[in-house]
Amino acid sequence: MTRILEGSQPPLIYPPYKSGALRSPTRPLIKLTRVFSDFAAPVYGYHAIGETDADLTRQHAGEPLGERLIVSGRVLDEDGRPVRNTLVELWQANAAGRYAHVVDNHPAPLDPNFTGAGRTITDDEGRYRFLTIKPGAYPWRNHTNAWRPAHIHFSIFGESFLSRLVTQMYFPADPLFPFDPMFQSVRDEAARQRMVSTFDLSLTEPEWALGYRFDIVLRGPNSTPFEERT
Amino acid sequence: MSGESSLKHVSTSDELPLVATASQTVGPFFSFGLTTNTALGRMAGPDTPGERIRLVIRVIDGAGTPVPDAMVEMWHAERAGTFLFGRLDTDPAGACAFETVFPGQVTEGAQEAAHINLCIFMRGLLRHLYTRLYFDGDPALETDAILAAVPPDRRGTLLARRDDTAPSAWTFDVHLQGDRETVYFDL
Repeated sequence: MTRILEGSQPPLIYPPYKSGALRSPTRPLIKLTRVFSDFAAPVYGYHAIGETDADLTRQHAGEPLGERLIVSGRVLDEDGRPVRNTLVELWQANAAGRYAHVVDNHPAPLDPNFTGAGRTITDDEGRYRFLTIKPGAYPWRNHTNAWRPAHIHFSIFGESFLSRLVTQMYFPADPLFPFDPMFQSVRDEAARQRMVSTFDLSLTEPEWALGYRFDIVLRGPNSTPFEERT
Repeated sequence: MSGESSLKHVSTSDELPLVATASQTVGPFFSFGLTTNTALGRMAGPDTPGERIRLVIRVIDGAGTPVPDAMVEMWHAERAGTFLFGRLDTDPAGACAFETVFPGQVTEGAQEAAHINLCIFMRGLLRHLYTRLYFDGDPALETDAILAAVPPDRRGTLLARRDDTAPSAWTFDVHLQGDRETVYFDL
């Protein structure tokens, strides 16, 4: 029995996601059956964290527009142990669905008070916490009338490059889910739902910001490799 | 609905092992979040012992077009037990240049060729790719256990080549598809 369940990770090639056509390898990956390599060696990433790095609402002279959010959760390994002192980075669009990136030409306003990038380090219980604003949905050119559900990009290192993860956090009950090839590339329903954050009243701060919980599980060094599938 | 009632919130009652969170693409807009610190291209500090090298990574898609929006992460042993990490995004020519030292041995006395581990991210990849760079002409290539797991006709895709136009400069091409598709590893 494999520890990585069928369909819980996206395949390398998922035809509805058009950007992969010329960018996804077509030959089988070479399976390394013994973990005798330094692929499992510790990697710590980049640890210089600035004072406002985890508060995306305080990085400019004024406050960004949008619904203020607290995004918090735990980073765990597959055995449920907290992943401590690991770098968590996020980036996102502004409330209008526009990224502070030169390539983004969506005709929605930029917000001079919002960059949309943050980083922090998990504590001894594997917890992280960001203050930000809710990103807007935005169109993209994958197919006619294609829209990305609102999401926040996450990058986490964990204890080695085996646990390296880049993912996207979504918001509950987004009506765009059925139409989004990125979300749908994860074929297992339960695995898809684990990318969806949960509204959490206990994280919510009265008169200030709504709380969303997003827990993240990283592969450990003993994981069985991905099962290739179509 | 509250957090307490949600099955998605990982709790102590969840069945172990937990299932790893699904990967999603890094997308086209990561650079302002992940690669603003260009110092991460200078992996070796002034006090790092070893031969300084400049390593240019080029990323090329299945049509032979350079990929201008990839993120390349690398890490390698400086010497046994000490690792160096680097991260850059590719430029309009699909390239990024790391300054580091020639890799040392991961473990004392191991039978392995000098190598650098790479992790490749980009729009179009739903999961990142793992590959490994070796150095053309290294006599230890013959006995490296990971290279031995690669079909002989594809081993060349893992070799960085000397750039004769500059001293201590190497180039490594990451081909995503085609006849020269780079070997990627399933870990």
